[in-house]
Amino acid sequence: MNTKLLAGTPAVMRAAHSGQAARKPTEQRRIVRKLPVQKVWSTPLIIAAQIGIFVGLIALWEIAADFKILDPFFWSQPSVIWSTLITFFAQGDALTDIVYTFKSTILGFILGTTAGSLLGMSFWWSSNYARIMQPYVICLESIPKLALAPLIVLIFGMGLPSKVAIAVALTIVVSTLTAYAGVRSVDKDQERLFYSIGASRWQVFTKLVIPFCIPWIISILRVNIGLALTGSIVGEFVSSEHGLGRTILYAGSTYEISLVWVAVLVLAALSMVMYAIVGWLEKVLRKGVDH
Amino acid sequence: MDAEPRLVLDDISMVFERGGQSFTALSPIDIRIPAGKFVSLIGPSGCGKSTIFNIVAGLQLPTTGDIRIDGESATGTIGRVAYMLQKDLLLPWRTVVDNVALGMEIRGVPMKEARERALPLLHRYGLGGFETSYPSALSGGMRQRAALLRTLLIDTEVVLLDEPFGALDAQTKAQMQEWLLQLFEDFGRTVIFVTHDVEEAVFLSDDIYVMASRPGRVIDIMPVDLPRPRDRSVVSSPRFVTMKKYCLDLLHSSAEQPAAEPAAA
Repeated sequence: MNTKLLAGTPAVMRAAHSGQAARKPTEQRRIVRKLPVQKVWSTPLIIAAQIGIFVGLIALWEIAADFKILDPFFWSQPSVIWSTLITFFAQGDALTDIVYTFKSTILGFILGTTAGSLLGMSFWWSSNYARIMQPYVICLESIPKLALAPLIVLIFGMGLPSKVAIAVALTIVVSTLTAYAGVRSVDKDQERLFYSIGASRWQVFTKLVIPFCIPWIISILRVNIGLALTGSIVGEFVSSEHGLGRTILYAGSTYEISLVWVAVLVLAALSMVMYAIVGWLEKVLRKGVDH
Repeated sequence: MDAEPRLVLDDISMVFERGGQSFTALSPIDIRIPAGKFVSLIGPSGCGKSTIFNIVAGLQLPTTGDIRIDGESATGTIGRVAYMLQKDLLLPWRTVVDNVALGMEIRGVPMKEARERALPLLHRYGLGGFETSYPSALSGGMRQRAALLRTLLIDTEVVLLDEPFGALDAQTKAQMQEWLLQLFEDFGRTVIFVTHDVEEAVFLSDDIYVMASRPGRVIDIMPVDLPRPRDRSVVSSPRFVTMKKYCLDLLHSSAEQPAAEPAAA
């Protein structure tokens, strides 16, 4: 034992005590309480609650419209929407519209993602080229692409190409920026290793840069499918012969509110299906990449 | 002894210009390394060890001087030496065998053949059973082994090792040093090894170049006359302890009085 320490301690304590004698320190409360634990409900109970809320809202809507609390002319009514949905599918236009929107979305998604990724990765190739292109990429990023939609429709016409073009315009920028961010985060030491072995630039690009960027590209697939769908719908809003966006615009302008709801519902379902596909694609790709 | 050393650093220096001011990273040095020797560079950070490696690997051009490998100028030429950096730099998307085969693949060996050549070595050097694993499944020591095998499978006479065991724990480090000595005898390459660890340098090397910083320079060359093959018990021999102390004293005194006249050996 250290005698110096033993001798010193009481003196320190005394000093502290006399200094605080004037003001009595607030005493801490003595707390004894149970750790708050949330009771976790079982999954069936949660699902029951979810369904209950849905059914309740629909019922409320139906009744409110019956009693004219909600104006059925503007808000429509669940029962009417349901019958419109059945006629929509029975008449046969439904499939044409769904396929049209689906096709332009998927085409725009694939083209935009691929072109953007390649463009972004190409910036690795030369820093001069990357620096020259930088202001253009920033311009492209800051332009509200949807504002160009009328122009794009004028150029590409009323058909599918204009919808694909708008979807591409939306997706390509995100893809380019993400792929470029991926390229810039390639480990410089990793590059040095490749060069020290005597690798050519092409070898570094194909064996290091591209595999390195693939997880970055996978991470934008989800964002891009949503953007591509938005692009297609806006294209159809501007001018189109088919598609769910056109159906919404048409129904709205003729005050067929129940058809607007039907189209929105179908669109939501379509969007969910596409998210599921992309989610699955992402999982498969990640399995091949992450270890 | 060969008439012409395998690797010659002839009057190599490196001066950076930064905002009108020049900064000497490396004042002129001469290093001659005979074939099949193991040479270590030790010194404080900023003594230019990494600069030397970059220049020898052809990744940087020296301000003055010439690198010669087997009498042939190799200044600014990549692919003449095998370079292992401090980080293992294994590619996470490649299996262990494909990582080890990377150098051969880049140098034009078909992938199938490169794998066939790598496999027996993985088995012999303690990576058997992990051929098709990904690097994330390996321990730090095993990753360094894989990185070292990748380096040695590159068909060059000179091998540069930049603090390969710097990040390992003491026990793994000791194992790796013994393993490296084994590889050194098996492969018969010429090795330059950078380390902060004096004991490691004495244990592994034939010659030790002691360096000082500001500016980076060589202050002494110490031959290590311990017989090979060496095993761990050598570290407690009086000769080993004397040499270790000599190096430590040199490093210590150069740290106290920087930028004195460079004492060439």
